[in-house]
Amino acid sequence: MNTILKKTQLSDDVFQLRVHAPLIAEERKPGQFVIVQIDSNFGERIPLTIADADLREGSITLIFQTVGKTTLKLAALKEGDAIENLLGPLGRPTHIEKLGTVVCIGGGIGVAPLHPIAQGYKQAGNKVIIIMGARNQKLLILEQEMRAIADELIICTDDGSYGRKCLVTEPLKELCLQEPKPNFVVAIGPPIMMKFCAETTRPFAVPTFVSLNTIMVDGTGMCGGCRVTVGNETKFVCVDGPEFDGHQVDFDNMMKRLRSYKTLEDKARHTCNLEQAIARKENESKP
Amino acid sequence: MSHPTPEQLAAAANKCLKDLEQLPALKVKDRLAIPMQEMPSQDPQVRRHNLMEVALGYTPAQAKAEALRCLQCKNKPCVAGCPVAIDIPAFIQAIADGDYQKSVDILKQSSLLPAVCGRVCPQEEQCQKPCTVGKALKDVNQAVSVGRLERFVADWEREQGKVKLPVIKPETGKKVAIIGCGPAGITVAADVRREGHAVTIFEAFHKPGGVMVYGIPEFRLPKVIVQKEVETLEQMGCKIQTNFVVGRTRKLLDLMAKDGFDAIFVGVGAGLPKFMNIPGENLVGVFSANEYLTRANLMRAYDFARADTPIFRSNKVAVLGGGNVAMDAARMAVRLGAKEVHLVYRRSRVEMPARIEEVGHAEEEGVIFHLLENAKRIIGNEQGLVTGMECIRYELGEPDASGRRRPVELKGSEFIMDVDTVICAIGNESNPLLRQTTPGLDHNKWGNIIADASQLTSLPAVYAGGDIVLGAATVILAMGQGRIAAAAINKALAAQPAGQT
Repeated sequence: MNTILKKTQLSDDVFQLRVHAPLIAEERKPGQFVIVQIDSNFGERIPLTIADADLREGSITLIFQTVGKTTLKLAALKEGDAIENLLGPLGRPTHIEKLGTVVCIGGGIGVAPLHPIAQGYKQAGNKVIIIMGARNQKLLILEQEMRAIADELIICTDDGSYGRKCLVTEPLKELCLQEPKPNFVVAIGPPIMMKFCAETTRPFAVPTFVSLNTIMVDGTGMCGGCRVTVGNETKFVCVDGPEFDGHQVDFDNMMKRLRSYKTLEDKARHTCNLEQAIARKENESKP
Repeated sequence: MSHPTPEQLAAAANKCLKDLEQLPALKVKDRLAIPMQEMPSQDPQVRRHNLMEVALGYTPAQAKAEALRCLQCKNKPCVAGCPVAIDIPAFIQAIADGDYQKSVDILKQSSLLPAVCGRVCPQEEQCQKPCTVGKALKDVNQAVSVGRLERFVADWEREQGKVKLPVIKPETGKKVAIIGCGPAGITVAADVRREGHAVTIFEAFHKPGGVMVYGIPEFRLPKVIVQKEVETLEQMGCKIQTNFVVGRTRKLLDLMAKDGFDAIFVGVGAGLPKFMNIPGENLVGVFSANEYLTRANLMRAYDFARADTPIFRSNKVAVLGGGNVAMDAARMAVRLGAKEVHLVYRRSRVEMPARIEEVGHAEEEGVIFHLLENAKRIIGNEQGLVTGMECIRYELGEPDASGRRRPVELKGSEFIMDVDTVICAIGNESNPLLRQTTPGLDHNKWGNIIADASQLTSLPAVYAGGDIVLGAATVILAMGQGRIAAAAINKALAAQPAGQT
């Protein structure tokens, strides 16, 4: 169960795992996520979005960036290893329907969860415009896969090393200024990107949905650690989301909540780097 | 009051038994004169810094002395107070006779988890409330300590390695799915398996046990006890599938349609934490008790060095609520190193739903009680961190619908409590996941699944029990409903033609 069938490194710190999980593959829909835990006794439970699934193989694809202790450990697993605990699919699936023109925006690793959603909108008969953003060309992922779906693909990099040198909000604003305006926008990426995408479309009244990735423990509604303020109401990302109306989300509060354990995590990562260095030293000293 | 050591309590019990030996036969008067045996416990100053169990359990002499206090009433008022109707006088008499095996056998006829219930049941509200001894001594706290005696023999059985597997009838070829591996689910699993039906328990978490592993802390209910009960289930042939959330990994009805289960029991608990709906509740440093306790218990965040799951390091903590969960959260915060832990409850002490023993333990450990006070808003700084909590004082007014005197705000009594962490322990409501994904499963306005007297829901062959039906309640009530559901499932399956194997 949960065996890693294929592991690919997509960029310096982004990895793709194809994991044998036939039940999740069968039930999963765009927008849903899994909870991953590497070690039942002391491991942390973290949410990861399902980027893709292969029914024939009974596998799901996970794409993640190594940002903390658990993702670093996950990246250290090899093909043939198993992920000890994998729970899902969780969250409400994306509501996909034919709306007309849909702009799908993916920032950094956010392109991974965006992929099945863009695919869904395309299959539903929408014109799909995809905007992908990354700090530089090396950090861009899934370009070919997205190109295959998109009616129009716009790439933005912060340093101009590929595509346009701008933030994703620039082409988004241009699209909103055109007539007819896009009918719907989906933005997935770092919170700050999602916040500004929502701010960009707000004056144009283009409905804009975002997919939130908050701190979770159980992922099934039990802890409330993932709660966010949406339109002055408290919502749980795990059972009410992960997708919400971007114009209603209190991003500032969400970003603060994401930093709840920042100092502790930095410490954890520090030890982890230290452990890695020790492990390297030990390996070097071996004949 | 100084803390009596286990040695002092044991010596007192030994002396008491010696004195009793001088008497030809015990009269009611003699039994009532035997002092109630106090539970030996870890010294409060020591246990504030560890997670080991607080209550240490009776010595055999204490158990015998306590058992001799029982008057063996003919009308057995205590049995009527027990949700699963354990023959209490009989199991206590067996302890008095020194026949522990017989005592365990009597307990297990009615209760599957005596080692758990002996520890976490609210006995003062149940079996011990109508106890004649308590009434004669005009103090419910002087009643026979049924729970402590139950724990004593259940622990004896486990520690002696005498846990016997129940007899399993020949395989029937019928399959029962149990959703949720908590107290209700475990009870149903055992009772249904005994009839020879195949049982699979589906658990969303990575470990079985439900609230007994994620919620109730080690210092109140050691994990090995729950583990042992789960192992027994596995030895009986029950299959436990962890990491499986019914409604998402598989739709409830697909378990019957696609996987061939003949009946389903839903025991998923009341999983969704309630918040106060006051300003500042989403600040950093505000937690549900569920989250705080799950991090500390199930995820082992107390083990700072080894656990990957972080937990907030607090200086001054406020816990909102007056139930067992509030006590657990407050006492956990003490153990995690908080300098001050305040418990804020808007009614008075007598209305507190927590077990008297837990309230006492919390107080001994230095938790500061704020009764007739409540939070109005939580205050934060620019980083979104909690820096304080505005509270208001209350007084007790006229009784409300529940018969308890309604707390009334005292205008102008607001004050600021200096805290960096707020833990909300004001209860749980039902998790929406299953009802959202299961058409036709009727529920009430609070989201609790509606079940009839045999625990059958609005869907054929789907039963439910425990907190998902009751709303947040207790382990023993969940077990009680589990027993009823299991009996109904067994009856329904027996009436069906034999299944295919």
